[in-house]
Amino acid sequence: MSGLSGATAIVGIGATEFSKESGRSELQLACEAVTAAIADAGLKPSDVDGLVTFTAESSSEIHVARNVGIGDFSFFSRVGYGGGAACGTIAHAAAAIHAGLADVVVCWRSFNERSGERYGLGQASRPMDTNADRAAYSWMTPYGLSTPAQWVGMFAQRYMHEYGATSEDFGRISVIDRARAATNPKAHFFGRPITLEEHQASRWIAEPLHLLDCCQETDGGQALVLVSAERAKDLPNTPAYVLGAAQGAADDQHMMTSYYRPSISGIPEMGLVGDQLWRQSGLRPTDMGAAILYDHFTPFVLTQLEELGYCGRGEAADYILDGHLELDGSLPLNTHGGQLGEAYLHGMNGIAEAVRLVRGTSVNQPRTVENVVVTAGTGVPTSGVIVGVA
Amino acid sequence: MSAGTSYDDRQYDERLEAFIGRVLNERTPGQDPVNVPMIRHWVEAMEVANPVHLDADAARATGRDDVVAPASMIQAWTMRGYAATVRPQAAAGGFQELIALLDEGGYTSVVATDSEFDFVREVVPGDEISVEEVVDSISPEKATGLGVGRFVTTMKTYRDGAGEVVATQRWRTLRFKPAAKVEPRAERPKPAINLDNAFWFEAARERRLVVQRCTSCESLRHPPGPECPECQSFEWDTVECSGRGTLYSYVVAHHPRHPAFDYPLLIAVVELEEGTRLITNLTGVTPEDVTIGMPLAVQWIDDGPDLTLPVFGPAAPEPTEES
Ligand SMILES: [Zn+2]
Repeated sequence: MSGLSGATAIVGIGATEFSKESGRSELQLACEAVTAAIADAGLKPSDVDGLVTFTAESSSEIHVARNVGIGDFSFFSRVGYGGGAACGTIAHAAAAIHAGLADVVVCWRSFNERSGERYGLGQASRPMDTNADRAAYSWMTPYGLSTPAQWVGMFAQRYMHEYGATSEDFGRISVIDRARAATNPKAHFFGRPITLEEHQASRWIAEPLHLLDCCQETDGGQALVLVSAERAKDLPNTPAYVLGAAQGAADDQHMMTSYYRPSISGIPEMGLVGDQLWRQSGLRPTDMGAAILYDHFTPFVLTQLEELGYCGRGEAADYILDGHLELDGSLPLNTHGGQLGEAYLHGMNGIAEAVRLVRGTSVNQPRTVENVVVTAGTGVPTSGVIVGVA
Repeated sequence: MSAGTSYDDRQYDERLEAFIGRVLNERTPGQDPVNVPMIRHWVEAMEVANPVHLDADAARATGRDDVVAPASMIQAWTMRGYAATVRPQAAAGGFQELIALLDEGGYTSVVATDSEFDFVREVVPGDEISVEEVVDSISPEKATGLGVGRFVTTMKTYRDGAGEVVATQRWRTLRFKPAAKVEPRAERPKPAINLDNAFWFEAARERRLVVQRCTSCESLRHPPGPECPECQSFEWDTVECSGRGTLYSYVVAHHPRHPAFDYPLLIAVVELEEGTRLITNLTGVTPEDVTIGMPLAVQWIDDGPDLTLPVFGPAAPEPTEES
């Protein structure tokens, strides 16, 4: 176990509603979520001295701080690579608190991703400059390869070719997520489960991905509050201790298009994150009572199960068929409904669900949960956390 | 109706020629006699300075008996009016027949080209003006900036209540086939060219598929970058590829659509013979016939004046040796 493990805890969570058109500025969504998370933690805004968000976030820390009433703050950092940043914000916050740079750190993400700038519409018409990130698109967009679904589809096709996985194997993830969302009143797809047949019948977006392999788009905000383990004991909520928090970018990493590695049927950056999480926490994959796995597109949930060690390469389809991911299985998956079912909040709503699982307050609480593994965006430099009761 | 050589074309020409000399519009009286209020509106709208149209004294001072209508107003006295313009009644007659024949030939668009008047006498209030229109000539098909068409010239004769000619007008229109509007194909999203990747796109414009090579350790790399990850050398050149490879993976894009592409769109990762991979499009193959591992060969497409890109199509499994 590393010194970081158990040194901090998530003690507050707060979110806006999840909608398709918030009607409010992204800054307001951020402020609402941050304010709610601080209140949930039993703290005052002026207690906060650290802020962490995504590089993709449109509202700077200073705007959030002066609106929320945070006042002075001494630690701030941002994590890049889209949804890959989610658990990275927790890692930065935990490290800062552990190192004595801050006492109370809020991590957040907010956007009008549905009513504002929609990632699903692709990169083709984004403004042009010639920095290295933009130049990287030069190898894709002139060929019409410009959306996340297409990027993932390229990996998925190869995965199917190598392991014999089918579209139905991907679809079972959607069915599970939508079943959990169906009983989560905060979920967009509350009361609307799907069948595998409906998944198969949904239209193609980027073969081999059907529409129901792709997550929704959401307006909303989500924030989480971290403090030291000692301070957590004095606060009202059951602390969700951060037992592991790690980031990872693997050899020859690209943004969603790491097609040039010897093999592309895995996502080694997630393996790198998983290895750190198990090492930091001293826990094993089977010690997890639930998993919140990033599910913007279903195929990468299968590869995550393999990268995290729940099954061998190419065995995820069978692992899912064996029922492990069901609510009564050995590893209940995405109990909030995931991003496919609850909301697409760049993974931050998944961390909040992990906190609820540790508190025992999930709307789909499995029998016993002591530890939960959470992952961030896949196909990009990513991150993960393990939160637990002790 | 291109060169007028076929039997059908000759027949058509003869049918058009039969209209020459025909009355298109029978003598039709204007709705109102020539009158001062309409003259006043015209003079104001056209900003005519000459006082002889409204000021009787001024007119007399020029030797006229009274005010006279502006000469170029002659058409106005016989115009069919607002109601008939917005709700034209179905009519039969020479004009409608000619229009139908021109439509049949594809000359569905019209533009007025010129109008020449001859004025016989000045028109004065009280005159009841009528007009008759006769076909003067119909030209052979001509190429114009608007499209191929025929110039149709008619003679309009304006008469007073006594039937005396007050003016004639040679009226020419071009009846033409609207040039098919071919929307230019949207161009593909442009690459962002910078110091690290320009060489590759420059080679592509010469239809050369190249891969960056470290000159120190000779390892190939794509997408290119400034430094060799194997030996940290910043020195590099390129090797020219055979253009052959195999399909490593692919995706069939359906949604969203970009106007530069046809959908479903085949996007592929191709593994080149040289060992590196690149993203490209597949051509000459439909999604049903695509299989991972299939042999492929490069083809080149131009997209706009500055961009040439490699795409790949099916290749024979065993490339024949060149003798
Ligand atoms: Zn080298």
